[in-house]
Parts: sequence; structure tokens; C-alpha cells
Amino acid sequence: MDKIGSPSEVYTIEVKRLTKSFGTHLALRGIDVAVKQGESVVIFGPNGAGKTTLIKLLATIMNPSSGEIFINGFNLKKNAEQARRSIGVITHQTFLYSNLTAYENLQFYSKMYDVPDTKERIYQVATMVEMVSRLHDRTGTFSRGMQQRLSIARALLHNPAILLLDEPETGLDQQAISILRVALQMEENEKRTIILTTHSLERGLELCNRLLILNHGRIVYENSTKTLDLASLTEIYHQNTKAKV
Amino acid sequence: MKFWNKVFAIVWKDAISEMRTREIIFSVLIFTILVVVTFNFAFGASAETMKLVAPGILWVTFTFAGILALNRSFIPEIEEGCLGGLMICPVSREVIYVGKMLGSLFFMLIIEIIALPVFALLFNLSVLSPQLITITFLATVGFVAVGTLFSALAVNTKAREMVLPILFLPVVVPIIISAVKASGQALSGEPWGELSSWLAVLGAFDAIFIVISFWIFPFIIEE
Repeated sequence: MDKIGSPSEVYTIEVKRLTKSFGTHLALRGIDVAVKQGESVVIFGPNGAGKTTLIKLLATIMNPSSGEIFINGFNLKKNAEQARRSIGVITHQTFLYSNLTAYENLQFYSKMYDVPDTKERIYQVATMVEMVSRLHDRTGTFSRGMQQRLSIARALLHNPAILLLDEPETGLDQQAISILRVALQMEENEKRTIILTTHSLERGLELCNRLLILNHGRIVYENSTKTLDLASLTEIYHQNTKAKV
Repeated sequence: MKFWNKVFAIVWKDAISEMRTREIIFSVLIFTILVVVTFNFAFGASAETMKLVAPGILWVTFTFAGILALNRSFIPEIEEGCLGGLMICPVSREVIYVGKMLGSLFFMLIIEIIALPVFALLFNLSVLSPQLITITFLATVGFVAVGTLFSALAVNTKAREMVLPILFLPVVVPIIISAVKASGQALSGEPWGELSSWLAVLGAFDAIFIVISFWIFPFIIEE
């Protein structure tokens, strides 16, 4: 497939001068982000900072007002369909149909992603999220945590190289958070490229190796998580967002 | 081939969901039968009057029943937060449009298959002729082609139940007029030849509306 316009083969995700406006409100103000293959980046920021907007733009749910996004070298303006094949998305919305069973939901998304050996793969991901025993129950009967676990299975069906996670821990219990941690690793020990947004500084530090702080649609801080502990991150977050955590 | 596999995956998903809830078919069918029965009482038993007003009653009923059904086309996707799930799938936006359109067409045809015999019984008219069935099918195709587009447009607005008919009815008027005129001729027992001009108009509007909606849908769904 043609990757016309790809600026770099080094980065899995590359965002250039990205802006998004809703009417007169600028949600993102010309941000640049570059993420290498296997890198995991956490984005912190107060409500309204633009975290969810950024994830929606990367997931191709929205179109940017200006700027460019490259996923695996594919320009989202020209080759969004190809780019989507390598993306898995987990948000606080589960994208599951409550009137379908867990199996039917996974079967539907398998068809949409052209997943081979569908039945085998569904049981594989259901085992990963410990949902095999409930596969033939309607998802409308599941607790919030179970729905979120199934949502993790949905996002992993096509074994994506990139995972976009928008506050995925909402409603998750400790068991489900452990499952999520496993999901962040790619199968066959390859590392997924991850972009995670969360309000939990602790979780972000634990799961990712780089962090960004977004405030009023701008990246106001960027660093490796290796050099920071929770106390210093809390202080940095407070200074850069002028908000208590 | 992949295009159609994914289109039918969407139709299959909508059909299973509807089969379990019967939200669209039950509510729209009850509405349809109530309207037909009300008009039957309103216009009395004169065969002449019935023949005159029947096409209008039939298409007023199907138009408003269709609006009810089309309103539900995208609402479950929004209510369950699943529209995002469809949009992140590696399929073109056109796949989503055709899938949702065929799903609505399937539900509308089921409603019409049940409603037409009821209409025939109450109005004592022969509505189960091949001519009327063809007219109904062609008009319904055009109807859902535009309706699916406007349903996607209306679903993100606050007053979506009101927005859909306001946007949709003016556009779909040519189809309704053609369907009423053609149905009038079919109910009077006119042969195929006499109907051909109206059938051609219906066919042309179907083609135009499908092509335009297919082309515009990606822009509507993304903003």
C-alpha cells in the first residue's frame, strides 16, 4: 500500500501541528507528538485539556481541523482504513452491543477486522480476559467491570500493534486492571506501541515509559517516566496545570 | 466481496439486536395498523371514496411509519456508544452507510409485508398485485436511502426525533408523490404500461438518492 506523505519510517505514530476546534473553542492547539515502535506514552491533563480529543483523532473517530497524523507511515487523511487495521482502542465506552452476547459482539468485530480463525481467536481473547464462561450471555447483563474486560478482548481481537487507551481503568476492579496490564504487552512478546490517557498519575508511571502533560490543548511538559517518582510527578503536574491532584 | 461481507455483518448485527428487542418492528407495526384503522373509520364504507383516498392513506402511513423506523437506525449506536466502535473498524464509511440502509430496508419491508394485507382487508382493495408490490419496493428503497443519511445527520442533535422529519420530508416528497400517483393507477387496475412513467421516476429517484447519499455519508458521519 502506498504510504505517500510519510515523513518518517522511524515513528509508529507521528502527529504534526495538530489542531482541532469545536466552533470557536480550540481543543488542540498545534501539537506535535512522535512515538516509536514499542514505546508507551501516558498523557496526563485536567478535564478539558484535549486528551480524549487527541485519542479520537488518532483513532480516526474525528477529523483534525488542521495538521497531519501518520500511523505506521499511513497518512490518516489518505489511508485511514489501512491505518485502522493496526489500531486497537479501549475507552470508557465499551463499543459493545448490549442485546448481543459476548460471543456475538466479538464475532461481529472479527468480521469487521477480517480476523482469521474467528472461533479460535474469540476463545483465545476471552480466555485472556477471563470471560469464557460468560461468552454466550448478553453483554447487557454484565457488570461494568465485565463489560470493560470484554472491551479489552474486542480491542485485542486483531492483535493490533498500536493500542490507544482513553481512561481505560474506569469501572475496572483490581483483577481487570491486571488483565489490562497483560493486554498492553503484544502477543509473542513483541511490544505494542501504546498511548494512554489517565487521571491516575500512579498508574501512568507504572504502565508507561514516557509522559506528556496536556493543558488547554498544548503539550506543556514531556519527560521519561524512569526519572520520576510519584511525589515529583505530582509536583510537576501541579505546576504545569495549576490544579491540585 | 469484502465490502459486502462487512455490509452483511452490520445487517446481521442489527437484525439479531432487533429480533431480541423488537423495538422497531413492534412499535412501527402498531402505529401503522392504528393509522390504517383510524382512516378506515374516518372515511366510512363507500367503495368510491376508498378507491380515491386509499393511495394517499397508504403512503401517509408508510411515510410516518418509516420516519419512526429510521429514527431508530442510529439511535442505538449512539445510546450504547457503539458508533465509535463502527468508526474505528478498518472499513470505509460507505460500508456503514450501506449496512445501515439495508438493515432499515429489511425492517421496513417486514412492516409493509404485514401491513399491506391488513390494509387490503380493511379497505377491501386488491393491494397484493405485482404492480403495487413493485411500487412499494421501489419507493421504500428511495425512502431508506435518504432516510439513513438524514438519520445519521439527526442523531447527533438534541431534538433528533423532530429534526429527522423536518430535514427528510421535503427531500423525499418526489418519491411520495410518485408512489401515490403510481399506487392510484395500480389500485384502479391499470396495466404495467400505464405505470411505466411513474415507475421510471421512482427508479430514477432511487438511483439519484442512493448515489448522493453514498457520496455524502462519510462527511456527515465524521463531523
